Amino acid sequence: MTAAGWLQIGVFSLAVLLVTKPLGLYLVRVYDGTAGWLRPVERLIYGLSGVDPDDDQHWTRYAGAMLLFSAASMLLTYLVLRLQGALPLNPQQLPAVADRQAFETAASFTTNTNWQSYGGESTMSYFSQMTQLAFHNFVSAAAGMAVAVALVRGIARRGSEARGRLGNFWVDLVRGTLYALLPLSLLLVPILVQQGVIQNFRPYVQLTTLEGAKQTLAMGPVASQEIIKQLGTNGGGFFNANSAHPFENPTPWTNFWSMFAIFMIPSALTYMFGRMVSNQRHGWAVWAAMFAFFAAGASTAYWAEARGNPIHAARGVDVATTGANPGGNMEGKEVRFGIANSALFAVATTDASCGAVNAMHDSFTPLGGLVPLLNIQLGEVVFGGVGAGLYGMIVMVVLTVFIAGLMVGRTPEYLGKKIQAREVQMAMLYALVFPAAILTLTALSAVLPAGLAGLGNAGPHGLSEILYAFTSTAGNNGSAFAGLTGSTYYYNTMFGINTLVGRFAMMVPMLALAGFLAEKRIAPESAGTFPVTGLLFVTLLVGVILIVSALTFFPALSLGPIVEQLLMGAGRVF
Amino acid sequence: MAAQKRALFDPPIVRRAIGDAFRKLDPRHMVRNPVMFVVLVGSAFTTVVLARDVLGGGHAVGFTLQIALWLWFTVLFANFAEAMAEGRGKAQADDLRASRTLTQAKRLDASDTGGEPDKLEFELVLASSLRKGDLMLCTPGDIIASDGEVIEGVASVDESAITGESAPVIRESGGDRSAVTGGTKVLSDYLVIRIISNPGETFIDRMIALIEGAQRQKTPNEIALTILLSGLTIIFLFAVATLQPFAMYSHGSAAVPVLIALLVCLIPTTIGGLLSAIGIAGMDRMIQHNVIAMSGRSVEAAGDVNTLLLDKTGTITLGNRQAVEFVPMPGVEENYLADRAQLASLPDETPEGRSIVVLAKEKFGLRGRVLAEGARLVAVGTGALAEAHPPQHMAFVAFSAATRMSGVDAGGVELRKGAGDAVSRWVREHGGDVPEAMGAVVERIGRAGGTPLVVAERCAVGEGRAARPAENGAARVLGVIYLKDVVKGGMRERFDRLRAMGIRTVMITGDNPLTAAAIAQEAGVDDFLAEAKPEDKMALIRREQAGGKLVAMTGDGTNDAPALAQADVGVAMNSGTQAAKEAGNMIDLDSNPTKLIEVVEIGKQLLMTRGSLTTFSIANDVAKYFAIIPAMFAATYPALNALNVMRLHSPESAILASVIFNALIIILLIPLALRGVRYRPAPASAILRRNLLVYGLGGLVVPFVGIKAIDVLLVLVRLV
Repeated sequence: MTAAGWLQIGVFSLAVLLVTKPLGLYLVRVYDGTAGWLRPVERLIYGLSGVDPDDDQHWTRYAGAMLLFSAASMLLTYLVLRLQGALPLNPQQLPAVADRQAFETAASFTTNTNWQSYGGESTMSYFSQMTQLAFHNFVSAAAGMAVAVALVRGIARRGSEARGRLGNFWVDLVRGTLYALLPLSLLLVPILVQQGVIQNFRPYVQLTTLEGAKQTLAMGPVASQEIIKQLGTNGGGFFNANSAHPFENPTPWTNFWSMFAIFMIPSALTYMFGRMVSNQRHGWAVWAAMFAFFAAGASTAYWAEARGNPIHAARGVDVATTGANPGGNMEGKEVRFGIANSALFAVATTDASCGAVNAMHDSFTPLGGLVPLLNIQLGEVVFGGVGAGLYGMIVMVVLTVFIAGLMVGRTPEYLGKKIQAREVQMAMLYALVFPAAILTLTALSAVLPAGLAGLGNAGPHGLSEILYAFTSTAGNNGSAFAGLTGSTYYYNTMFGINTLVGRFAMMVPMLALAGFLAEKRIAPESAGTFPVTGLLFVTLLVGVILIVSALTFFPALSLGPIVEQLLMGAGRVF
Repeated sequence: MAAQKRALFDPPIVRRAIGDAFRKLDPRHMVRNPVMFVVLVGSAFTTVVLARDVLGGGHAVGFTLQIALWLWFTVLFANFAEAMAEGRGKAQADDLRASRTLTQAKRLDASDTGGEPDKLEFELVLASSLRKGDLMLCTPGDIIASDGEVIEGVASVDESAITGESAPVIRESGGDRSAVTGGTKVLSDYLVIRIISNPGETFIDRMIALIEGAQRQKTPNEIALTILLSGLTIIFLFAVATLQPFAMYSHGSAAVPVLIALLVCLIPTTIGGLLSAIGIAGMDRMIQHNVIAMSGRSVEAAGDVNTLLLDKTGTITLGNRQAVEFVPMPGVEENYLADRAQLASLPDETPEGRSIVVLAKEKFGLRGRVLAEGARLVAVGTGALAEAHPPQHMAFVAFSAATRMSGVDAGGVELRKGAGDAVSRWVREHGGDVPEAMGAVVERIGRAGGTPLVVAERCAVGEGRAARPAENGAARVLGVIYLKDVVKGGMRERFDRLRAMGIRTVMITGDNPLTAAAIAQEAGVDDFLAEAKPEDKMALIRREQAGGKLVAMTGDGTNDAPALAQADVGVAMNSGTQAAKEAGNMIDLDSNPTKLIEVVEIGKQLLMTRGSLTTFSIANDVAKYFAIIPAMFAATYPALNALNVMRLHSPESAILASVIFNALIIILLIPLALRGVRYRPAPASAILRRNLLVYGLGGLVVPFVGIKAIDVLLVLVRLV
């Protein structure tokens, strides 16, 4: 570990802290409609699509609109991928995407997962990339944000007025895209282009290297997709190598902006939340709990990777960090990023359900690889996906308030709203999806021949690979541990289903929770009210997330990365 | 029901509870509690595995046997906890039943009322044959056979069977003291009572049912908590069930009893096992305080209360205003004012009137010869006055809402006392002038929270005692009596405690705003409602509820009934009318309105106990993971022993110690579940910090210590 490494982690944290308030304030204006500088465009869209922007939807209609939109856009993407060969902007003449692969990819991008069992440059035409994948990068992010805003409204609104209504999904979808994601992308993309991220429609370049070898250099409209990949916590790379590819992420500077873009909106949403429920200190408490997990994860991963593999040292390899030698575990990492920025990127991308990678998580030390895995298993609530992180965290807050709220001798109240049977029911349904989907499918794949067929490594490391893949797809993260061949019938289908379950089986109970809360009256705060601000609450929230989410996976983890780390200490690797 | 204090582990209750613990193994009963139902299924399954191993000559039979035994103990301990909580209630219900013997009643013919009691014709019937609407006669020594309404007579009644209070109370027809309860005993005089409940529906019947928990339904918070616990159970079911495939992948296998042991240790059995005991014990604690809650729901609501409406009279103040000062008008001697005030108050039986007589006596020695026991004398009639003034010249002018005055006409002198404006009007109507000083005095007293009572006199010319005759029969104001409301001791501290818990207190009074404000200030309540009529009280409750608040109040009169019904927690006084008792959701057998504060505290304590044990139960899991996971895979991955932070002796001892700890902790926490966690009024943040430290951190640490200790013990006695 170096001072420079810590400094970069520190600067990144500071940048995230600083952007939270201004962007959060802007998002408040986006969703209450006071940011109206694109009003004519907005009106035009509503006019063309026949949306009544004043139609306040009950939660069931809000959920229905969200599901309808997702289903329709997923079907569209499936069709385009299947018909890719007949569509324009395909200089490489790439054929139609196979059905199972098209299903998985359509599901994966619709759910903001962007799990890729294909190489972008060898599978997707420019047309598919731009009209489908980039499109989903915007709207799946906007849908996530919309649902989070709906939940916040459910908490903030008075039951007598709201009566279960949460706003209008179509309006929230349009506003999130038009006022937040598009302008931010346009603002940040010049930085990437200036640093060398490419943007063209050229066919791939054939060249001869200095050694005389033939090489194909993939081209494409990369920059436009790259920025929203991070901003919308999508993570689907244009190229197979994702953010490790020099055309996607050429320099440490683009690396910084990529990581910053990942955390920007999820972090700002906590401020928006605090403002909308008129309890800014609660918004910051939620932020603090998220940051605590992030800081712990980043420190652990950096420490584990910088320490490297003791077996290397035992064999006489120089693992010391010097000016010329990064030391530690550099396997699977880009030299231009080094250990600190690879560990930090891995933590940020898994905290925030992004899934872009600038290093191979598979090659991390077991402990270093445990951190990204655990980050997702926490429920993608450490800043989390845009919107998804906030609503996931609020569900955890509701559970925390319920478990601990009784301890102060009242029916638990969250921001003035009583948490009763129906709310607990929905929160538990939400919390159940994750362990049920991940553990069941991992267990199945760990014993089925079809599951074991794609495995690249044996022993606990192989189990980690399967566990990571299902964790990543259920968590709508999309980062791959790699080492597992996912482009098989079995895995394409399982992963596709898993992304859909991890998104919609969680969104619907969450919207129901929002609707139930929007039916409740708000009790005034008093000295007897359970405090949802301050250090005590943050500690409690962190504790509940650890015990309810992370501990569930402890048995599985102990047979994967934990035992692997212990065995590595004893001189065995897999 | 005399709420005797019982030892927590009263031997007869324990004996009965042990039997009940086995009876409760009935799956139809167990399924109501999903967490413990899972344990039951697990125990049965382990037993089947054990049987297979015994018959098939499997290895480690001793170990499986011990696991199976302790799993069964876990279920039985939870059942025992519930049975203990119920047992305390059952014992009390038995006492009640015993007091209700085969009472006989004197049934009257409905048409045959209105005569002298000894002339009424009645037939002796069994209490159980009395129906709603029947009339019965009760004479001294009779047990009142059923609940009813007094329609004739006044009698003193011993209600100790219900309230535990031995002092007899007065029951009479009409007004707010007309309700009688079955099982109480008439001590003097006679009552004609109309029966208002059929057998099986009487107050005592309902009490027995409530105490025994026959009508016990899950309360809203209990339902929500059960959902949470069931959800956690399902999550852990996934975590444990998938371990077998993972083990197979790792070329190992996990024994089924060990998997079940892990599952039972992880699911929240501690709170799952104690949940219903906590709820029953909460109702029981109310009963210990002589409050009958009509449902568990109302006990819970009590914990949630934001606003307490307290009647000033009897709750905040001693209930009777007392004269503390005579303020004469210019030109009137204080002594003379006292004399006239006393004379005007002699026939006045109200506590205020009595206090005027006493003050005049104490301060000026007036009528010492006959008023040695002034209060009693007044109570028996107008003897004192009769001595001072010939009876033929005495006439008592009773207080009426129209005149708002009372007084006497005696020997040609008219004396009046009453509210300042009323008396002023009377004086002016009778040709007198109201001195300017009066207004100032009245206002000073009102501002100080007292009640000013103006005294005036008018002497007819040529008549009456000639000491200081008023000229031409004109009335004049003599002075003002300062009646002071005496606030009960310790009220301010209690309101401070409530404020610390975030509860607002509102004093309800018929006084004018000035007086009300002064008393509110002295008592330390947060707010007051002055000149309150019953509909004002109702409106206040609605307003508070519309603002999202829960309101609690006490009441006893029929006109309180609508407000009692509207309030979230309505505590009716047992001495109150039947209408009030029907409207409220709790009845205070002691009829002590201040007890509302205890009711709130019991409600809070109930919820806190649930929350604390839930937190404790969930926090326990950390240690259990560290005990069982390394043990489970010791054969496959010996390296995992690094997670064995407790350094437990062997895989078997680790698993067994966890299961034993998990079972024993239920037994150890029974006293806490029955008594409730320690409660001290404080802001939510302070309570949270304390409980989190004790039950959260404690829940993390205790199992580490406990499992290690059991492990050492197991090795010592060679059970593993």
